[in-house]
Amino acid sequence: MARFLLRRLVYLVLLVIVSTSVAYLLAATQLHPRSRYEGRNPPPPPEVVDAALDAVNMNDKTPVTVRFGRWVEGLLHADLGLTIENQPVNDEIGRRMWVSLRLLLIGSIAGSLLGVAAGAYGAVKQYRPADHVLTIFSFVTLSIPTVVLAVLFKNAGIGLNNVLGFTGNTKLLYTTGEITPGLAIWSWEGLINRLAHLVLPSLVLTVIAIAFYGRYQRNAMLDVLGSDFLRTAQAKGLRRTRALVTHGLRTALIPMATFFAYEFALLFVGATFTEKIFGWHGMGEYFVDAVTKSDVNSVAGVTLFVAVLVLIAGFLSDVAYAALDPRVRVS
Amino acid sequence: MTVPTDPDPLREAQDTGPLASRSPIPLDAIGTEAASRGRLVVRRFLHKRLAIGGLVAVLLLFACAYASPHLVTWQYNELDTSAFLSSPTIDHWFGTTQNGFDMFALTMRGMQKSLIIGLLGALLSTTLAAVVGAFAGYFGGVLNAVLLTFIDLLLVLPSFLIIAILSPTFRGRTWLIFVLLLAAFQWMITARIVRGLTLSLKEREFVQAARFMGVPGWRIIFRHILPNMSSLLIIDATVNVSSLILAEVGLSFFGFGVQPPDVSLGTLIGDYAGAALTYPWQFYFPAGCLVALVLAINLVGDGLRDAFDPNAGIRIT
Repeated sequence: MARFLLRRLVYLVLLVIVSTSVAYLLAATQLHPRSRYEGRNPPPPPEVVDAALDAVNMNDKTPVTVRFGRWVEGLLHADLGLTIENQPVNDEIGRRMWVSLRLLLIGSIAGSLLGVAAGAYGAVKQYRPADHVLTIFSFVTLSIPTVVLAVLFKNAGIGLNNVLGFTGNTKLLYTTGEITPGLAIWSWEGLINRLAHLVLPSLVLTVIAIAFYGRYQRNAMLDVLGSDFLRTAQAKGLRRTRALVTHGLRTALIPMATFFAYEFALLFVGATFTEKIFGWHGMGEYFVDAVTKSDVNSVAGVTLFVAVLVLIAGFLSDVAYAALDPRVRVS
Repeated sequence: MTVPTDPDPLREAQDTGPLASRSPIPLDAIGTEAASRGRLVVRRFLHKRLAIGGLVAVLLLFACAYASPHLVTWQYNELDTSAFLSSPTIDHWFGTTQNGFDMFALTMRGMQKSLIIGLLGALLSTTLAAVVGAFAGYFGGVLNAVLLTFIDLLLVLPSFLIIAILSPTFRGRTWLIFVLLLAAFQWMITARIVRGLTLSLKEREFVQAARFMGVPGWRIIFRHILPNMSSLLIIDATVNVSSLILAEVGLSFFGFGVQPPDVSLGTLIGDYAGAALTYPWQFYFPAGCLVALVLAINLVGDGLRDAFDPNAGIRIT
């Protein structure tokens, strides 16, 4: 098992390296940091522009291989370079990643657990009302773009505040930002305030993840339910629930484990929309701004962040795979 | 994959056992005369009420998107200077924007673009998935390893980020480049499934026979292997239409997708998401049309899946 995991880890690290390099090279060749200075009136002298671009390693007159070499060299010293505004990318990511991770962790953990539970339950109760409700829920949710869902939740939150009479400064659910400005972050009040900000955005991501996992888990579970080994398990005297959980769910989880890694990148995109609608200053917003500002180093930095997240998710799903499927452990 | 010409065994299997009452296929659908697989699939599909509803809705929305500009007075590029920010009226069914554009005309125009992007992209990505998957599975060896690594790489590359990075390149050019990019990031998982199916089809007698008669590999793939998984490909293409429409909305929302002066449902939702509370008609009409469209396509896809797969829906609990 250790060898299997080690091999997967090496493979995943390789994929991260390649995908981040591709993203850097694409960004360095397709974005035009120079355009930032071209529109100015009066136009700055070319030497000044070149010097400014050289300072952040984004001068398009330098060959892209040289720029890439410098960027990789910085990366080896854990330095992601400077943003187009001359600020360290490390600082920016260090501040923003916790904002996004809060959303992503809640969304992925709550979403996958609840989704798997809902899907398995729906499969066991196939064609009963509970199953129909779950199927319709995931079907409709997966047909709504994240943007629209986020706007709906936001407006529902505002409506709920108004109905319950929270029209002043203190609200039941907040719909903008991650904390009310001016509150001490680590005070009791500040924590509750942050929680009230967190509810709606994380609910959006969780609902989507539940719909996604629920649908696949239901199908995977249905495939297992008709199998002979489950009947044997019950025939030898196991209780139905026990047989369903230890023999049925466990087998049905194996294909789901591989989904987890791919879903994570999707979740990040979903978080980008959620951040945008709810006014959070996270990694998603950073990425969108960086592309619009032609900020090559920031774009590469966010891509690396996402790639590492996918790597961690991928490795976790490999571990889960090995733990669930004895064939992997033995061979 | 062949349909038994003798209906009796099927009939017996349906009549006896606990399956009979759960079967979605009415017993009389399997007639005494030999029904072709196509006829069976159509019959099973027609039996799904939701799928038929979805199909009718898709066709209606499609017809509406393309026919309505010829039937209504206001076009998507015309300003009504007498009605700024008007809520829905008889003149402007979906209301107007701040500049006096007719929301109905804009929505229909957007739906045309979203539909084209979805259909074209789905066709491209399913074709790509079929070809790459089948070649990797059939020829194996180095080609298989290279293609699989490529698929893994594309799966790790977050498509949203890559298309966003490339968006300045197709800004000011045709939206067809955008469709190509969307399709280029959509095919990988299906290609893996196709590869798996090819591996098992490769061992079947009819493929072996063709190979021993000297038929070249690429012809076996297009003549024998891909037609044998046509059901999977049709379902995949249908589902791709809706996921590409959704992907378009996401990218256009941030300005990374369809560029003005083109209008799509994504650009409309992006432009008017902020107006959802103050001028709700500007947001909820395009968003509602989009959700209706995607939901309808998904229903059709689901119905097709059940119609093609005789085992779907018949399960022992």
